[in-house]
Amino acid sequence: MTEDDADRIDRNRRHFLAVAAAVTGAVGAGFVAVPFLSSLKPSARAQALGAPVEVPLSSIQAGEMVRVLWRGKLIFVLRRSSPMLDTLDGHLDKLRDPNSEVVEQQPEYAANDTRSLRPEWLVVEGSCTHLGCAPLEDFQPRPVEGWDGGFFCPCHGSKFDLAGRVFKGVPAPTNLRVPPYRFVRDDLILIGQDSGAA
Amino acid sequence: MAKVEAEVGKRPEGAMGGLIKWIDDRFPMTSTLEYHVTKYYAAKSFNWWYVFGVLAFVVLAIQLITGIFLTMNYKPSAEEAFASVEYIMRDVEWGWLIRYLHSTGASFFFIVVYLHMFRAMLYGSYKKPRELIWLIGMLIFFVLMAEAFAGYLLPWGQMSYWGAQVIISLFGAIPVVGDGIVEFIRGDYSISDITLNRFFALHVIVLPLALIGLVFVHIVALHEVGSNNPDGIDIKKNKGPDGVPLDGVAFHPYHTSKDLVAILVFLMIFSAVVFFAPEMGGYFLEHANFEPANLRATPEHIAPVWYFTPFYAILRAVPDKLWGFILFGLSVVLPVFLPWLDRSRVRSIRYRGWIYKSALTVFVITFLTLGWLGVQPAEGVYVLLARIFTVLYFAFFLLMPYYTTIDKTKPVPERVVYHG
Repeated sequence: MTEDDADRIDRNRRHFLAVAAAVTGAVGAGFVAVPFLSSLKPSARAQALGAPVEVPLSSIQAGEMVRVLWRGKLIFVLRRSSPMLDTLDGHLDKLRDPNSEVVEQQPEYAANDTRSLRPEWLVVEGSCTHLGCAPLEDFQPRPVEGWDGGFFCPCHGSKFDLAGRVFKGVPAPTNLRVPPYRFVRDDLILIGQDSGAA
Repeated sequence: MAKVEAEVGKRPEGAMGGLIKWIDDRFPMTSTLEYHVTKYYAAKSFNWWYVFGVLAFVVLAIQLITGIFLTMNYKPSAEEAFASVEYIMRDVEWGWLIRYLHSTGASFFFIVVYLHMFRAMLYGSYKKPRELIWLIGMLIFFVLMAEAFAGYLLPWGQMSYWGAQVIISLFGAIPVVGDGIVEFIRGDYSISDITLNRFFALHVIVLPLALIGLVFVHIVALHEVGSNNPDGIDIKKNKGPDGVPLDGVAFHPYHTSKDLVAILVFLMIFSAVVFFAPEMGGYFLEHANFEPANLRATPEHIAPVWYFTPFYAILRAVPDKLWGFILFGLSVVLPVFLPWLDRSRVRSIRYRGWIYKSALTVFVITFLTLGWLGVQPAEGVYVLLARIFTVLYFAFFLLMPYYTTIDKTKPVPERVVYHG
């Protein structure tokens, strides 16, 4: 090695080292980021607590509703009386999605006129599709106002009918979501699990 | 006057002088102090609008100290959080004072920061060469909003829970990835113990660290270009033979002595609120939050804490989920672009024409009105008003390149001017 070589800067070599180190480091950082970011996802315990819940139906009278929690989410179980069911096709033109065409909002078996497995029982998430407030029960019809009974969200005024279908002209974009559920017996439903085809 | 300056410039002798020299040989203590404090020259024409930076610093200190003491008794779990706050209020000696200092401090942080930002708008402090100071300042504002939001969940009251529900659900408006983002933020299928725990980590570690770091670079950037002044002129253009700006005086002892008075006045007002109106009629601490979180029922009337209400009113003014989210986000972010939206040749309001003066006045009224509308129910005439003022809010920013160009400005003086 001459003195000349000692003073000479090998820029190609420096550049190669810099790029190689940066690329390797970036790949490494990417791999290291995975466990940290994954730790922020719902944990195994959170998923286990998300197990299905049973709701006995025998004590619910016609026109009554119970509130249960599934995965920490509020679920409304409403036993619709026959006058309540009669209101459902009276205001179809005022609804945004009367035929439940937004597929994510209900399992296939609830994409019908009553948005339910059995017309009498409405099972929906009690979470306004606007910003997640819990809608209030407003079941009493008020013919003067053209209100057939349904749900009213106190936060931003969204309105839903007794099948959880959203009215036009309110901030909520879609119908209340129907969770997966199935009837274990006539007087018992399981929320959070369905039998596939049902 | 001359005597004071002589004392400031003098180096201590004896043992103290020896110690200082020993340190200075190993660490740039004296030179740093001089650069940032004793030889940092800011205009002598500063008025009361110039105290809010220092006051923000004071509130930050109050929040850090009271926050540390609160963590010693607070329990970040859904089971215990609400009870532990009650415990702090009732059983911990002086716990009520520490908590009220912290909760009142949160509101005062925003009062002071909003006034600090308004000062920048009055005197064009965001204009070249101070754009970066403004950008860092806006980042501080965003972190502060996140910090306040995370902190509000911690007491696990009704408003904590449902307020967080609404704000986190906002991200669900983003197409395709929205629901995934919401689940990632919560770490669960709903807001739960897991969410509370991570918001605690964000509130006491991540965001305060970011805040302190950003405040540091905010000040470093400020001291690089120098402080603006009520005339919006460059005081470094006129320097005396000693290289000191003729219109400038050292930060210490001149500006600090004025700031001390401001700090005292501030603390008097602050204490009055802490001792006599810590809830501020439900605006600083909302009534619904005195009930523990109830996952089965939303409070009848839900509103964010007052400092978020102008933006919240904009969110509610839009009858569409996605557009509401977009306009809400834009309304928060738009001020970032002020340095480039404002095309005026002059900085200070003193030398601007009637158009900008009117625009700024309308903007202040708009901001305050939106803030008021944000706590009103979203119905009837309130919705209409919110829509009108939302349009005015955006017009102030989006039309600014136009009206600041045509606005007639007055000649700017060479040296600072005193008023009264």
